[in-house]
Amino acid sequence: MQSGRLPVLGAAGKAPTGISGFDAITGGGLPLGRTTLLVGGPGSGKTVFALQFLVHGVQKCKEPGIFVAFEETSGRILGNASSFGWGITASQRKKLFFLDAQPQSDLIQSGDFDFCGMLAALEAKTQATGARRIVFDALDIVLALLPDPHAQRREIYRLHDWLLARELTGVITLKADTDETNAISQQPFGFMQFMVDCAVILNHSVVQGVSQRNLRVQKFRGSSFDENESPFLIGNSGFEVAGARTLDSVDTQVSTERVSSGVERLDTMLGGGYYRGASVLVTGFSGTAKTTLSGAFVQAACQRGERTLFVSFDSEGSEVIRNLASVGIRLDRFVKSGVLRMASARAITGSAETYLVRIKALAREHRARCVVIDPVSTWSRSGTDLSAHSVAERLIDWSKADGTTLLCTRLLDEMSSPAEGSSPLQISAQVDTWIHLNYLVQAGERNRGLSIIKSRGTAHSNQVRELILSDGGVTLADIYTAGGEVLMGTLRWEKERAERVANEASEVAGKLKRVRLDAEEAELEVRLKSLQTELAAKQIEKALLLSSSKSRAGDVSRDRTRLEELRGADASPPDGNGGPT
Amino acid sequence: MSRLPVFKFRLYVADDAVNSAQARANLAALCRAYLPDRYEIEVVDVFKEPKRALADAIFMTPTLIRLAPLPVRRIVGTLSQTALVLRALDLDGGIE
Repeated sequence: MQSGRLPVLGAAGKAPTGISGFDAITGGGLPLGRTTLLVGGPGSGKTVFALQFLVHGVQKCKEPGIFVAFEETSGRILGNASSFGWGITASQRKKLFFLDAQPQSDLIQSGDFDFCGMLAALEAKTQATGARRIVFDALDIVLALLPDPHAQRREIYRLHDWLLARELTGVITLKADTDETNAISQQPFGFMQFMVDCAVILNHSVVQGVSQRNLRVQKFRGSSFDENESPFLIGNSGFEVAGARTLDSVDTQVSTERVSSGVERLDTMLGGGYYRGASVLVTGFSGTAKTTLSGAFVQAACQRGERTLFVSFDSEGSEVIRNLASVGIRLDRFVKSGVLRMASARAITGSAETYLVRIKALAREHRARCVVIDPVSTWSRSGTDLSAHSVAERLIDWSKADGTTLLCTRLLDEMSSPAEGSSPLQISAQVDTWIHLNYLVQAGERNRGLSIIKSRGTAHSNQVRELILSDGGVTLADIYTAGGEVLMGTLRWEKERAERVANEASEVAGKLKRVRLDAEEAELEVRLKSLQTELAAKQIEKALLLSSSKSRAGDVSRDRTRLEELRGADASPPDGNGGPT
Repeated sequence: MSRLPVFKFRLYVADDAVNSAQARANLAALCRAYLPDRYEIEVVDVFKEPKRALADAIFMTPTLIRLAPLPVRRIVGTLSQTALVLRALDLDGGIE
């Protein structure tokens, strides 16, 4: 009929919905040119889903759409939609058509009727607009006016045939009791689920006082899909489905870059810090400085200029900043410069799913490279253990896919053991690095100990270190083992002091010895000098002696020659000796 | 009797679909029986004039619109339940 209806996004044969998660579940969206049935109870989000599908078609796929509203007026639907911030421009708005088909309140019905009028009107509309997507919202309203099931069936087939013949991608929403066991047998339009090519069931239930929304693709002809229920949320940007990653999803890029934990010695213990994009879990009892350790990480990240999100479930952001300032971690400047965003999640109520979606949205908004959640254990309080666990799983999954470095803290029950056997949030198996903080009560003191339980892909220290908080920051200190007992706190200090004293003593002794040796050396040098002087004197004396004896001999011979001259003797003596005979 | 108002009807039909044909027949019979010589019927085929159907917000066929006398009334269906239709058109009671 119309050209240019090739899908711009997604797999061939699918019409992308633009609903994050849903397109992943179905491998690209709704069946293109086919009809999808959307079944759900009141307030389950059918209209939002359908509308988002149309808006996405207009905004991203160049597919104009028609919305046939049987229940709410188009004005109300548009009003509700404006709160989602989809940013529909005026030109895009012109490609979205609304047909108000609410049965008039004064409508009187007598006998059988059919949908030919509507289809004729739609025929004209689709030809005029080139619409490729069409939504029938709350079809049950008009179907209920039909006098008998036979007529209902006839009209549904009429509608379906019309859609198929025009290759329109259709969405029909129906109100129905979504109790799984009853859905097909009880509701009068059950056979529609057999007729259509794709059926999606929206479910809204309250589990332990927490609202939980779930979406399930019941059938999808000619396509594989994720068959499980997926939690979803109607958030600020509309429908968001928590898509489970399928096996064939692309492996995320793994980084070998290290990021500092903010504590120098902890970096050393970890062989250089956390991996970029890793998930770090810090467990510990109440007051074991979990928040402080996260604060150190945040400070380090901000100092590197990385955008960071700190989600606190315990206290307000400003409280966290104040408290951390007392241990020399000053975060206020980063909040001011906009690098750090503090979010207090105390205000968020709802299921664990809600938390996850909000945190994801916040992180996206802030373009965070590092995310801290303090503590993540709050989640297990909202909703069932199962859902909290799966949310935690997806949190890690999401941070990995995003390359976000994630640090979660988890409060341990004072009574429970650090090995979280019975804990509902068994995320320790999934995290890359698990740091455990605990108390050691000894000699009337309670001291904090830090140990690394695991750290994937990094050589890490097996040593327990003492975590020391001071106004200068967070530091780690070696602990001493003495007689099979670890020494911490004062005992460690005493031991250190004893060692220091011993050191000092030996240093002094060494100094003394050196002085003595210096003195001896000096003495020897002096002695050496005097001896050298003496030697010089002796040498001079010796030289003197030699020269004086020589001159004396010369004198003697000269005197004799003179004497012989005087005597008139022979000029030369009779023999070589010349000596007196 | 002569000062009784003239009934103006517009009947939207879908070509010659069974329901539409029934409605046409029922309306004609009803008018002949209860409104002799004071009725006007305009039949509009939604397939031929979809724009008019849109303008009148006709989504179900057949749909009968009573344009006069006011107020405007709409009746959807084959008009097979005569008593109900008469009541809807304010034709019950006053006739006998």
